[in-house]
Amino acid sequence: MQTSNVKKGFRLATLIVLTLLLLLPLFVGISLSLSSSQSIAQGHLLPDHLEFANYVKVFTSTSMTKFLWHSFIISGSVMIGQVILSIMAAYAFVFLEFRFKKAAFILFLSTMMLPFEAQIIPNFATMRDLNLLNTYAAIGLPFLASAFGTFMMKTSFEQIPTALKQLSDIEGLSHFQFATRVVMPYTKVSIITFALYSFLTNWNMYLWPLIATTNDNVRTVQIGLRQLRSQDTASNWGLIMAAIIVSVIPTLLIIFLGQKYFKKGLTNGVIK
Amino acid sequence: MKKASNLKFRNESALGWLLLLPSFIILGIFVFYPMLKTFFLSTQLTDLMGNPIKFIGFKNFSNLFTSDSFMTSFTITLIFVFFSTLLTLVMAYLMAMSASQKIMGIAVFRTMFSSTMGVSVTVASILWLFMFNPQIGMFSKILTFLHLPQINFLSDPTWSLVAIIGTTVWMNLGFAFLILLGAIQAIPQDLYQVADLDGASWLMRLRKITIPATSPTIFFVTVVTLINAFQTFGQVDILTSGGPDYHTNLLVYAIYQDAFVNHSVGRASAQSVILTIIIMLFTMIQFYVKNRKGANYANE
Amino acid sequence: MLYDGDYRSYNAFFNLYVIVMTSLHQIVTIILLTTIIIMTSMAFERVQLYMTIELRHLKKKYDNGEEVLTDINATIENGQFYILVGASGSGKSTILNAIAGFIPINDGTVVINEKDVTQLPPKDRNLSMVFQNYALMPNLTVAENIVFGLAARHTAKDIQQQKLNDVLNLVHLEEYKNKKPGNLSGGQRQRVSLARALVSDAQIILMDEPLSNLDAKLRAEMRKEIRALQQQLGITVIYVTHDQTEAMTMGDQVMVLNKGKIEQIGSPLELYNAPANTFVADFFGSPSINLLDVKMRHNSFHLNDQFEMLTNVDIDEGQYILGVRPENIVISENGALRGELTHIEPLGDGTNIEVNIGQNQSVRIKVSEQLDLTLGDVVSFNVLIDRALLFTPSGQLLHTGKSVSAVI
Ligand SMILES: Nc1ncnc2c1ncn2[C@@H]1O[C@H](COP(=O)(O)OP(=O)(O)OP(=O)(O)O)[C@@H](O)[C@H]1O
Ligand SMILES: [Mg+2]
Repeated sequence: MQTSNVKKGFRLATLIVLTLLLLLPLFVGISLSLSSSQSIAQGHLLPDHLEFANYVKVFTSTSMTKFLWHSFIISGSVMIGQVILSIMAAYAFVFLEFRFKKAAFILFLSTMMLPFEAQIIPNFATMRDLNLLNTYAAIGLPFLASAFGTFMMKTSFEQIPTALKQLSDIEGLSHFQFATRVVMPYTKVSIITFALYSFLTNWNMYLWPLIATTNDNVRTVQIGLRQLRSQDTASNWGLIMAAIIVSVIPTLLIIFLGQKYFKKGLTNGVIK
Repeated sequence: MKKASNLKFRNESALGWLLLLPSFIILGIFVFYPMLKTFFLSTQLTDLMGNPIKFIGFKNFSNLFTSDSFMTSFTITLIFVFFSTLLTLVMAYLMAMSASQKIMGIAVFRTMFSSTMGVSVTVASILWLFMFNPQIGMFSKILTFLHLPQINFLSDPTWSLVAIIGTTVWMNLGFAFLILLGAIQAIPQDLYQVADLDGASWLMRLRKITIPATSPTIFFVTVVTLINAFQTFGQVDILTSGGPDYHTNLLVYAIYQDAFVNHSVGRASAQSVILTIIIMLFTMIQFYVKNRKGANYANE
Repeated sequence: MLYDGDYRSYNAFFNLYVIVMTSLHQIVTIILLTTIIIMTSMAFERVQLYMTIELRHLKKKYDNGEEVLTDINATIENGQFYILVGASGSGKSTILNAIAGFIPINDGTVVINEKDVTQLPPKDRNLSMVFQNYALMPNLTVAENIVFGLAARHTAKDIQQQKLNDVLNLVHLEEYKNKKPGNLSGGQRQRVSLARALVSDAQIILMDEPLSNLDAKLRAEMRKEIRALQQQLGITVIYVTHDQTEAMTMGDQVMVLNKGKIEQIGSPLELYNAPANTFVADFFGSPSINLLDVKMRHNSFHLNDQFEMLTNVDIDEGQYILGVRPENIVISENGALRGELTHIEPLGDGTNIEVNIGQNQSVRIKVSEQLDLTLGDVVSFNVLIDRALLFTPSGQLLHTGKSVSAVI
């Protein structure tokens, strides 16, 4: 197809404008995070002069470092837990034969249509009664099992050729050997996709960490930001924006790294 | 022989259940049990600690439907869900179409377009909080520039919902865009080549090829966005706290308020049950349509 | 006490002792030697026996009630290249899976070396397998793929290495050993898969349509290679194919399957020359055999109430099916049969034609010269009746070749 240069230029311009509009809030945020308080108070959207004081303050005069660390621990361990439990469950569903397998799978699937928001009241009571409020366990435990992850792993395990299973049977591989030497290497891409996705979701969790914490002991970065905002209303936009930017860096990294996985993995896991 | 199959399955049964056990323990304690408990609590009169006092049948529900605040929040939720889903879909689709062109550097745009996917609800809300700020925010600057009267977005009953919708759409665009882009790129190019031979216009191509070919994905994105919209919480919490005067009191925020601020657990549980029913309904519609259209998906 | 002070008696005793000990030693040696010989020969015999596979009354039904295998019986001898052939869905893979132990069977026994292995898992049956789609791990190199099973069984590294080199040499893949399967051609991939089967030292190798993904030329090459390897190593191969050429050219024994039943077992030439029924007759040969409905009356076959072929075969009068291979028909100007040319296929080194002899019956003819004919021409020809096959109306073989021989 021949497209004229004018047309091409026009399309490119549209794309650039779209991008600018879409990312405008982010640009404003970054710009404010680099501005001084006076510059912001005067209503300037661009910094009078670039300064990194706000970033320094985020790490020195707020609890953000602590909150980031908490978020890392929780997101990381929930991710590991979800990946392991999903692989285990999917392995059972795909490679093992046992009674009531189908029923078990339907039960698993049914959890995907039960909104977590409708379960927070009893879950809060459970955590309170177990004396777990304000612990990592309180925030992470409810999410260790993932129906979505199990479903996604199951779909990708099903792509493994039967011949590889048969080969492994002939060679006498144990289930553990088959899982680690065949299944996991073969579905590496899906596993990585799910792991990245899981980390992202855990990092951005909001409602439950808000409910499950009443002090700063294990508070996550999202709730930390919420706190920061209510403490420093309007007065210190630069600091808040700097904190936001810091909190979003890990997730943006994941998005950039995993973009090609996400498009494939998520549509495969969900749609098919 | 029967024996053969028994022999084959005997040792797998134990292993199978063993592998499922950890997941089932977690799901049992943190999904199935609380779900049943919520249904149970929705039929109970509860004390300030959330303990059930006595069975009152559907009283909590009938109270809800006669309560002004709930009816407001329910109506507002429906309006919110409708507009945020519609806008997300239309904008994401336009973005996906423009990002599916073959232009130098398109990969950069694709990454940019999908980047809001990684932005948390807190970050999005705080960014937009500034945008809506009546003194120094972006929009107030634009209004001043256009010589229009100032709007106090977050404390105006109508505009506050618009603000929440805007923030939500912005947040959801990345995910919807990425999925739709995948679907558009999967359309076989020869379909367009045939259309070009027939001299079809841009609009014709869109109506006859692009949209029909991506309709299963459009449907999927719609349902997922819809379900997410029903579960909206963070934007409300940060931007408006449900105000002004319950005008942005979306369902989940109402549940949260009733349960953890007003300590009226029975009422909160009843609303949770309503939320559950709505979400189950949409999920089942999606399952049903997916299975019916199975053949279409297989071609993707 | 006995020899005390008496040297001679001591001496005699010593002599006796020496004699007894020597003969004892000899006896022990003889016994030992015989034991060793007997044991080795037993062991040898055991290895010999081990490779025999017997299928006794195998039956397989799937959950939907469809009977996929009905009463399969066969003996596969040591060192045989044994072929299972049949149309798609005839149950070839099912038999192979039953032998390997991938699927439970509903009835019958699988015996390997006179040992009932029906209940044993695949790994205890001492066999290996080559798959249609190669079943290679994409993330492993050729070498790693080949020692996949050895590594899983924690075989010593140096033994792995040595076996690997031996087998790489056998399949000519030395220079590819560090490549990933994704960078190999189909033929090379299948050789990797073959090497992996060979490296395990299993004496029985099962192959399920290993060449069907390769193009025609490569297939012919690989056929030769596999056959040569099998003979060189003396292993037993059970080979599934739906390709009659493969069955004819590779097999020592061929089992022809149809809808889960055995139609015939025999050597390729037996199947070709004396097919048990019309199904087998039709299965082999290209173009396929002509199966003509004929009536036996007054010592001759009548075809279409129009043509008559004399015969000396001694059978009752009545309806029969006469099987004539296309190459056993000769075109001749005054042939006993004639018809209109409906189809012509010049092959260069010969020609295949089809002649309509009326009443909706066609005859395929294969000649080894180039013919200058156009559609619609009348062709007359003779059937070499002494090479024809005679079947009952239900399709069972009555007579082969010479016994039908006749005067025309
Ligand atoms: N898991 C199964 N459940 C039900 N029926 C099955 C199953 N596997 C195979 N069959 C049926 O068993 C029959 C024999 O299958 P089999 O795979 O043995 O055929 P095949 O001779 O190997 O064919 P092909 O040449 O296509 O590989 C087929 O009719 C098939 O539909
Ligand atoms: Mg098969």
